[in-house]
Amino acid sequence: MNLFTDGFHEAIQLLVSGNESVYSAITTTITVSSWSLLISLIIGLPLGFALGYYNFFGKAVVRTIVDTLLALPTVVIGLIAYTMLSQAGPFGEYNLLFSQQAIIIGQIVLGLPIIIALTATQVEQVDKRLYTSLKGMGANSYQILIATLVEARFGLMTAAMTAYGRIITEIGISMMVGGNIKYHTRTVTTAIALETGKGEFVTGIALGLVLFAVALIVNIALSQLKRKWTQ
Amino acid sequence: MTASVSMVLSTSLMAKDSLMMATTTSTDNTGLLDYLAPKFEKDTGTTLKWVATGTGKALKMGGNCDVDILFVHAPASEKKFLETGFGVDRQQVMYNDFVIVGPKKDPAMVNGMTPSDALQKIKSNKSNFFSRGDNSGTNKKELSLWKNAKVDTEAESSWYVQTGQGMLRTINMAHEKGGYTMTDRGTWIKYMSQTGDKNTMKVVVEGDKTLFNQYSVVTINKEKCSNVKPELAKKFTNWVVSPATQQTIADFRLLGQALFIPNAGK
Repeated sequence: MNLFTDGFHEAIQLLVSGNESVYSAITTTITVSSWSLLISLIIGLPLGFALGYYNFFGKAVVRTIVDTLLALPTVVIGLIAYTMLSQAGPFGEYNLLFSQQAIIIGQIVLGLPIIIALTATQVEQVDKRLYTSLKGMGANSYQILIATLVEARFGLMTAAMTAYGRIITEIGISMMVGGNIKYHTRTVTTAIALETGKGEFVTGIALGLVLFAVALIVNIALSQLKRKWTQ
Repeated sequence: MTASVSMVLSTSLMAKDSLMMATTTSTDNTGLLDYLAPKFEKDTGTTLKWVATGTGKALKMGGNCDVDILFVHAPASEKKFLETGFGVDRQQVMYNDFVIVGPKKDPAMVNGMTPSDALQKIKSNKSNFFSRGDNSGTNKKELSLWKNAKVDTEAESSWYVQTGQGMLRTINMAHEKGGYTMTDRGTWIKYMSQTGDKNTMKVVVEGDKTLFNQYSVVTINKEKCSNVKPELAKKFTNWVVSPATQQTIADFRLLGQALFIPNAGK
C-alpha cells in the first residue's frame, strides 16, 4: 500500500470524474484568492509606490512595520478577522462570518503587506533618471505612478505571484472565518484538512496534487504574459 | 560525544513508558483526559499521550498501527473494526447522551419533540442545521437520526451546513448563524461553561433512547501491528474499568453536572 501513488491515481480520477465537491472546492479557492489578489493589488500598488517614491518622516518605521506584517501567521490573521466579524465583534451586524467575503477580507490582510513591501522595493530600484525626465515633461504624480509601475512591471509580476502563492495555499484564514462549509466556503486547503481529519489520507494527497495543478496552470499563464511583454 | 548525546536523549525519552491513544474530540474538548491522565500516571507509572480526532480517523490510525489503544464512541464501527482483526479487547467505559441544541428563540418550534419529528420540522422550516460532516462518532449518529427521519440531507445544501470541524466549533457556528446542531451532552456542558450568560443556545430535543452515546476502549492487536504495546493498553483498560476510576469519571463535573456516566461491565 503506497499512500502517495494511490493519491496520484485518485487525483486523476477526481479530476476526470468531475467530482462535484472537489470542483466546488477548486472554484471556491480560485474565486476567493483571485478577488483577494485583485483588491490587494488595487490598494497595495499605490501604497507601495508611495512608500518607495516619497521621502517622509517615519518612512523607516512604516517600512519595518510592513516587513514585520509579512511574518504574520495566517491563523493569527484568521483569529483577528474572526473577532471582528463575529456576532460578538464590532462588525457582527453585517453577518459576514462564514462567507466567501469573510475569507476575502482576511486574505487581503495577508496579501497587502506582500504587495506593498515588494512594490516599494521595485519602485526604489527604478532608475532615478526616469523621474527627472518625467518631471521635465511636466508629468503629474498620477502619470509618474503609472509610468513607474509599467517600468517595474516584471518585479511587480513577481510580487503578485508571490502574494498569490501565499493566498492560494493559506488555510488558517479560510478555516477560521470561512468555516469550511461544504459547497460554500470549503476551499481545497480546508478540504485537505478535513479529509486528513477523517483519516482519508489518499484523498488528502489527491487534493494536494490538484492544488499543485491549479497553481501550475496559473504560473504558466503568467509566464506566457511575461513573454508577450518582453517581445 | 554523539553516543553520549544519543544516550542522554534516549534515556530521557525512555524514562517512562508511554501509551499512545487515539480518541474523539469529546473526551479531549471536555477536559476529561486532562483530568484522568495524571491520575493514571500516578497509579501505574505510565504516561498517557493522546491524539484527539473524529472516531473515523481514530479507527484509521488504529488500522495503520499508529497508536496502541482507542477511546471512541461509535459501537457499530468499533465492532466492524474488531472483525478486521486489528482491534481486540473492546470494553465499554461510560456513556452520556446526544442532544439537539438550537437558538433560545427556537424558530422551527421543535422544543420537546422526538428526534425524527424535530428533524423533519427543521427541514420543512429550512432552518439552518449544522452537521460535523467529518465521519466522527457524533456525525455517524446524526446521520442515522436523519435516516430514521427519512430525510436525504446530501441533496440539501441551502440549509444543511456541513462544517467539517470539531464539536465545539460547530456549536459555535450554529450560535453565530442562529441554527441547530446535534452534540454530545459532555461537549454541550463544556460549551455552556465557556459561554456563561452570553449563551444564546438551549437544548431543544433530549431523552430519546436513540440518543444514547456509548464510549469504549479498544486495544490494537499486536499480531497485526508488531510495534504496539498491548501490555500498556491492558494496563489502561484495567485501570479505566476499575471501580475507583469509574467513580473518578462520575466525579468529573462542570457546572455541577456529570459529563459522563460510568457503565463498565454493565
